[in-house]
Amino acid sequence: MADNPNPDMDFAEAQAPETKPKKKGVKRRIFLIGSALLAGGAAFGVYWTDNSAKTRAKALTTGDGEHNFLSWMKIAEDDTVTVYSPHIDFGQGSHTALGQMLADELDADWDKVKVEQAPADLAFANTALGQGFLAELSGYPGVINALPQAIIGMIARSLPLQITGGSSAIRFTGEVGMRSVGAAVRLALIEEAADRLGVPANELTTANSAVTHAKSGKSLRYGALAAGAAGRSLSGDPVLKTRDQYTLIGKPIVRRDIPAKVDGSAVYGIDFTLPDMRVATIAAAPVRGGALESVDAAPAMAVKGVEQVVQLPDAVVVVAKGYWPALKGLQALSPTFSDGGNAAISTPTIYAAQDTLRKAGKPDNEGGEGDVDAAFKAAGANVVNAEYRVPFLHHAMMEPFALTGHFKDGKLTIWGGLQDPLSTRARAAKAAGLDMDDVIFNPMIMGGGFGRRFPDIVEAIDQIALLAKQVPYPVKLVWSREEEVRHGTYRPQSSAALTASIKDGKITGWRTDYVQSGNAEGEVPFIYAIPATSRRHFAYQSNQIDGPWRSVNATQIGFYTESFMDELAASAGEDPYQFRRKHLPAGSRHLAVLDMVAKRSGWGTPLPEGVGRGIAIVESFGTVVAEVIEASVKADGSPKVLKAFAVVDCGTTVNPLNADAQIMGGLIMGLSSAIGEAITLDKGAVVQNNFSDYPILKLADAPPAVDVHFIESGAKTGGIGEPGLPPASPALANALAMVSGKRIRTLPLLTQAKA
Amino acid sequence: MATSFTVNGKQISVEAEGDTPLLWVLRDDLGMTGTKFGCGISACGACSVHVDGAVTRSCGVPVSEVAGKSVTTIEGVKGADGSLHTVQQAWIDAQVPQCGYCQSGQIMAAIALIKATGSPSDAQIDEAMTNICRCGTYPRIRKAILAATGQAAATLQGAA
Repeated sequence: MADNPNPDMDFAEAQAPETKPKKKGVKRRIFLIGSALLAGGAAFGVYWTDNSAKTRAKALTTGDGEHNFLSWMKIAEDDTVTVYSPHIDFGQGSHTALGQMLADELDADWDKVKVEQAPADLAFANTALGQGFLAELSGYPGVINALPQAIIGMIARSLPLQITGGSSAIRFTGEVGMRSVGAAVRLALIEEAADRLGVPANELTTANSAVTHAKSGKSLRYGALAAGAAGRSLSGDPVLKTRDQYTLIGKPIVRRDIPAKVDGSAVYGIDFTLPDMRVATIAAAPVRGGALESVDAAPAMAVKGVEQVVQLPDAVVVVAKGYWPALKGLQALSPTFSDGGNAAISTPTIYAAQDTLRKAGKPDNEGGEGDVDAAFKAAGANVVNAEYRVPFLHHAMMEPFALTGHFKDGKLTIWGGLQDPLSTRARAAKAAGLDMDDVIFNPMIMGGGFGRRFPDIVEAIDQIALLAKQVPYPVKLVWSREEEVRHGTYRPQSSAALTASIKDGKITGWRTDYVQSGNAEGEVPFIYAIPATSRRHFAYQSNQIDGPWRSVNATQIGFYTESFMDELAASAGEDPYQFRRKHLPAGSRHLAVLDMVAKRSGWGTPLPEGVGRGIAIVESFGTVVAEVIEASVKADGSPKVLKAFAVVDCGTTVNPLNADAQIMGGLIMGLSSAIGEAITLDKGAVVQNNFSDYPILKLADAPPAVDVHFIESGAKTGGIGEPGLPPASPALANALAMVSGKRIRTLPLLTQAKA
Repeated sequence: MATSFTVNGKQISVEAEGDTPLLWVLRDDLGMTGTKFGCGISACGACSVHVDGAVTRSCGVPVSEVAGKSVTTIEGVKGADGSLHTVQQAWIDAQVPQCGYCQSGQIMAAIALIKATGSPSDAQIDEAMTNICRCGTYPRIRKAILAATGQAAATLQGAA
């Protein structure tokens, strides 16, 4: 594999030995990744091998009296269980939820369980994510179909995996990895206890980190059994608990990272410091694709505290004793940059190019079924059209990029917060011209991410790698907010034309023609039962680097589909909830979710004068979410959100406290983007600078409370970090249309409402 | 140039250019990193501290302007015995933080609001709590402020 970022990793594919019955339509495969054996196409069993990864994991993490189980967990002789999460936790609470899943199967005492970030080492690669991923590739439906292509691409490129994204932590790592590991280690502890006590294993029970023999009243703590159990082979396919046996899954357990986040003691990447460390800040070419032509360093060097001006191919960096002199030095410079031939690109030219591409009628991808054109032409069909547009969106993580690098004795060490520690090492190694073994990465707490911190799209990794090699001391590169806003990897600017035919009050045909960089087919399921549907993707790439933005393509596709559903309901003269209802399959999860949100929000009950109510339902990342928003219009024309309701079916809710927070936060981020957020381009460069012209929703404009309700359907576990977002913008637009009679088809609403 | 002021009750003197924002003196010179950098233009509130008791966005205040004044940061709001401030405890009870990056500033703003109003109304919370939270924790921030003031009121009644 030419692109393999990890040259010491083997990747091979072979036909599986004929040991298990062949499933219809499924080509069984075995993937060999490094020293870990993954079987795709089989049930989600976890296949262990005693190998060098285990030895290395042990060397990296176990101290005296601690016993390592694979590279997933260890047990200390004082009973402390440490779980290693291959995912980073940037506030989504997945460390707590993953720990709950493992500890539940292990029957561990929660007070003695710690969850830590796995070291950025191949020994801690996330085989569960790989396994879930590969099993899907080899024929199991469902999860791959709910993963954005951008994320799949990143996963494929970053094997072995420590990636966090695609709402994958719980549904892959938790369901496939954590639970199986916990269950397998529990069995090893029972076997060890059975031998020690000289009793049959089936007479033993486990609870609170101890194995008990009820007949004799004897009991052994996990800590006392750990040494022996760690030497035993682990079951590859342990029986997992059933829902009624859960002791921790589904419980509202508080997060352990919160106390350090209320007293200022949590150390984020930007807070990291080393003796003799310098601080640097950067200005990259304003036009994406441009390069640094020239810069006179003198004005910066004249600023007290500035030590060096470093030129990178497309940026200039000022290194100083602190951030303030570095910023002052940078502001004193007048660098010239080329525009990469992109100076003619602007927001209007992108929309115009997208319209032209769409009207040429040659889609790059198409999904759907039935004959849409025939449905549109059928006698008596009422055909409705609408065009929608959404802008580039900035992630606006509150902590700007801040990476510390130190190049010494041929080795580069980096500290900071990124969504995939292993591929961070690979990217830094490539940029610095080093072997991956000569790059060490220390993951730190992150002040938000929302998709911006995937190493694939983080040029700051190249910047710190190049910078660290040019200075003799440790250096922390901190992006200004302006650099963040102007050099984002945005949710793509996208536009769509929707057409549908209605006959006898039902939709007979539906077409969505959308133009943007990525194909969203498969990622965002079309949930309505309509005889003829067509979703055509027209690929358009601007000069920007498009990045996955929380919930990825489900934001704009959800906005298009659910706004248009309301337009069709209006055209048919029907209530938007009832109209959706009759197009959802009877007995479906979607119908249950929709009915529940209508019930909880009091759909149909009278509203005060000037208040509108909007509904929307979107499935993304394997989770179905319906939301109802009540809103009015303020004197200045901007929307005021009064009430918000969300009903969620993610199969099983692992931690209700945290899931509630994720849905609430996603809904508010969706409202924020719909109301005020837009990145626009002029002469190829981003127009916006800071929060002053990229407004994030504030507390006063957010709903005072969000009523979040979960339906525990027991369906395959879905994601929770992203699915709360997509229904929010169409639900709000639908509410405002009810108040004003004016349909908003271009986001953000604020510019439209005031226009 | 040396500037003297108090931080969390301690008299200090720092050698920094007078135009250096208080935020960077706290973070880079004093190593107190609980106060966060978010925007640099006093728009987001991540850098909120108290200067002579008033909530202040420290990225917009030159250190020369705080000479002789009293600065309180998130590191200084716990009790002398290390016990959490009522507002901090309310933040934990309501499980407010997600990424947590803005929460130092949110808590400093909330403490100032509660000090000024006693028991703030929803409208007063709307008006005072203008710090940005990208994770969307606003409903829990509101809940925590109301809970913190409920608790304070109950304590007062109990003491009376």
